[in-house]
Amino acid sequence: MSEIGLQGGVAAALMIAGLFFFAVGTLGILRFPDPFTRLHPAGKADTLGASLIILGLIVFEGPSLLSLKLLLVEAFILLSNPTATHALGRAALREGLRPWTQGPPSDPEAPA
Amino acid sequence: MSAVFQGVAVAMALLLLPPLYRIVKGPTVYDRLIGGAMMGTLTSVLLLVMGYAADRADMYVDLSLGYGLALLIGSLATTKYLETRAAPEAGEAE
Repeated sequence: MSEIGLQGGVAAALMIAGLFFFAVGTLGILRFPDPFTRLHPAGKADTLGASLIILGLIVFEGPSLLSLKLLLVEAFILLSNPTATHALGRAALREGLRPWTQGPPSDPEAPA
Repeated sequence: MSAVFQGVAVAMALLLLPPLYRIVKGPTVYDRLIGGAMMGTLTSVLLLVMGYAADRADMYVDLSLGYGLALLIGSLATTKYLETRAAPEAGEAE
């Protein structure tokens, strides 16, 4: 830690936090029961993990043209990941897949 | 600091395996696409970390940006194809 310094320490902490979110996301992709629930870790934990790791790299880099490019990559991930998630969910719904429920739906007015 | 980047890169490479399992085993095509999208995001960030581990970040940033673009276009095109295959007149079918 003494040789890394404060800047490197903050960058490493951010990257390890991002790794945690990636790990949780992959766990969710393994454990959730149907495509709609699996969109949840794929869309959110993934985006947050990528954002944190790129933020850590920006902190390590400091202000430069390279960190501007890193910010561009992050902005693109923030834009493209929800778009892909939404498109996937809509396509699955249009094909006729029904979201997973635990047991029979208790609400009689629930859409079939 | 290079050791930190190398450790993060190895951990991310290991995290590529669960989505790969979902791609191989996924019961529906959407499970496979979700696994593919997650592997794509992981790879896009892994390229950046690898660039810092190899001290060639200026080159790897451009690679990562291009990979992300290709990923988004591929994902959108595949879902659009699946949607029109499922309901050819999706506009009026409601």
